[in-house]
Amino acid sequence: MSNLYQEHILDHYSSPRNRRAMTEHDIYERDTNPLCGDEIAIYAKTKSGTITEASFLARGCAISQAAASMLTETVTGMTHKEIKLMGVKEMTDILQLEVGAARIKCAMLSIRTLQSGITRYEEKNGASAS
Amino acid sequence: MDAITLAINTESIRKDFPILRRTINGKQLVYLDSAATSQKPRQVIDAIKSHYENSNANVHRGVHTLSQEATETYEAAHEKCAQFINAGFDEIIFTKNATESINLVAYSLSHSLKKGDEILSTEMEHHSNLVPWQQIALAKGAKIKFAKATEEGLDLEDVKKKITKKTRIVAVTHASNVLGTINPVKEIGELAHSKGAVMLVDGAQSVPHMPVDVKEIGCDFMAFSAHKMLGPDGLGILFGKSELLKNMPPFLFGGDMIREVKLDTTRFNSLPWKFEAGTPNVAGAAGFSAAIDYLASVGMDNIREHEKQLTAYCMKRLGSETDVKIYGPRKRTGLVSFNLGKIHAHDTAALLDQEGIEVRAGHHCAMPLAEKLGITASVRASFYLYNKKQEIDLLASALEKARSVFK
Ligand SMILES: Cc1ncc(COP(=O)(O)O)c(C=O)c1O
Repeated sequence: MSNLYQEHILDHYSSPRNRRAMTEHDIYERDTNPLCGDEIAIYAKTKSGTITEASFLARGCAISQAAASMLTETVTGMTHKEIKLMGVKEMTDILQLEVGAARIKCAMLSIRTLQSGITRYEEKNGASAS
Repeated sequence: MDAITLAINTESIRKDFPILRRTINGKQLVYLDSAATSQKPRQVIDAIKSHYENSNANVHRGVHTLSQEATETYEAAHEKCAQFINAGFDEIIFTKNATESINLVAYSLSHSLKKGDEILSTEMEHHSNLVPWQQIALAKGAKIKFAKATEEGLDLEDVKKKITKKTRIVAVTHASNVLGTINPVKEIGELAHSKGAVMLVDGAQSVPHMPVDVKEIGCDFMAFSAHKMLGPDGLGILFGKSELLKNMPPFLFGGDMIREVKLDTTRFNSLPWKFEAGTPNVAGAAGFSAAIDYLASVGMDNIREHEKQLTAYCMKRLGSETDVKIYGPRKRTGLVSFNLGKIHAHDTAALLDQEGIEVRAGHHCAMPLAEKLGITASVRASFYLYNKKQEIDLLASALEKARSVFK
């Protein structure tokens, strides 16, 4: 396994960006990682199908926390459609890290949670209204 | 190094385990995850290979020589296992794993479960001794209760209070896979029996590591897995008292478990085969026999003593650091669950892996217990007969490196 604990990961872990609850939000989704029981909650505001602001609260390992922190920065300004297409490759690009099979769930938890949040939002409000 | 005389000759034992020679990330493998699954000695691997190379055939189905040899191998494993835990031959059922053994009992007993009946389990169970009971309780309108557990162990007063006239089943683990706690299953069994309940003991973490005698314990059922005791994957064991098994309906239906089939009815086979439907894991049974032989030749008392010494050393070594939080009681099986400062267990385990040290991190399939301890995850180092004191020293120095990454 390559070194997971590179400087940028540790930086996002120790000083996470956008780590806060959002009282007024359009999207809120919570999920847990079945591997370890870690928890994440993602909040977002959205306008005309584009995420305008994202934040998170989480309990988890350095990889999942850093991933959430970096994700909230990346998705701001992206459309729902673009976000829903994001997979392992996009997430490892964001992390600039080769994440092995064992830890990929940690890296993917925040994006998967955001994606289900967007889906739920669209189901409720209609994809066009988003 | 201070002198502790280990109860067994680890160096000669290690030579029997081919995997211990490999390296991980350029470092000598230090395998500290035997509570998840044990490594396998050459003798077990050879027995499986030899079965496929020399005697492979289906069992109980042919008059030809190979089938007879396979049947003998398969039945001999039942006999050996029965002797190992002091049970009768017809009281040993082979399944896929401990989980399936528990499901077998849960499913079979659920037929006679009525609304308002009670099941008692505990807060320290592995999911495999919790979810089956929870689900049959939901399906049958029965009530499931959980005896309180603390880091020090089970609250016996609470067990007493919660076993009532309505209790039909008591399901308790013999040894916790997270805390290492050894529960007084004999006493709990007596309480259960005094109210007319049956008692299942989850032996997954005890049978591999200490002498276990089901008659002495007096339990009605005990479940465990071959893979945690030097044997192969895919073979679980259920001990059940024959007078109970006789009257219980089968779990799975099909070939092998029948005596006579008509289009509208079936007469079931005698014990233990009534509970073993379909082609079983014969090669697994061959390997399991070799595993029992291996354990017996070292001696379960010696293995227990060896693990006690390693565990005491590990607790002393890690416990002397102020940033290491160890969970569980002093007296325990061969495992130590801990957290290092505020570092997440996954991160600690991943950093240990970079040093070749394999430990488990997570909730260890006991989410309610983790919640009770107020943690989402912990790191668990677990030991077996092939582990040595120097490996604990390596663990301690690797933790030092983990600290420096997260300083
Ligand atoms: C206490 C306990 N019970 C049950 C099990 C389940 O064993 P298996 O996965 O082999 O069915 C385990 C294994 O992790 C365990 O530690």
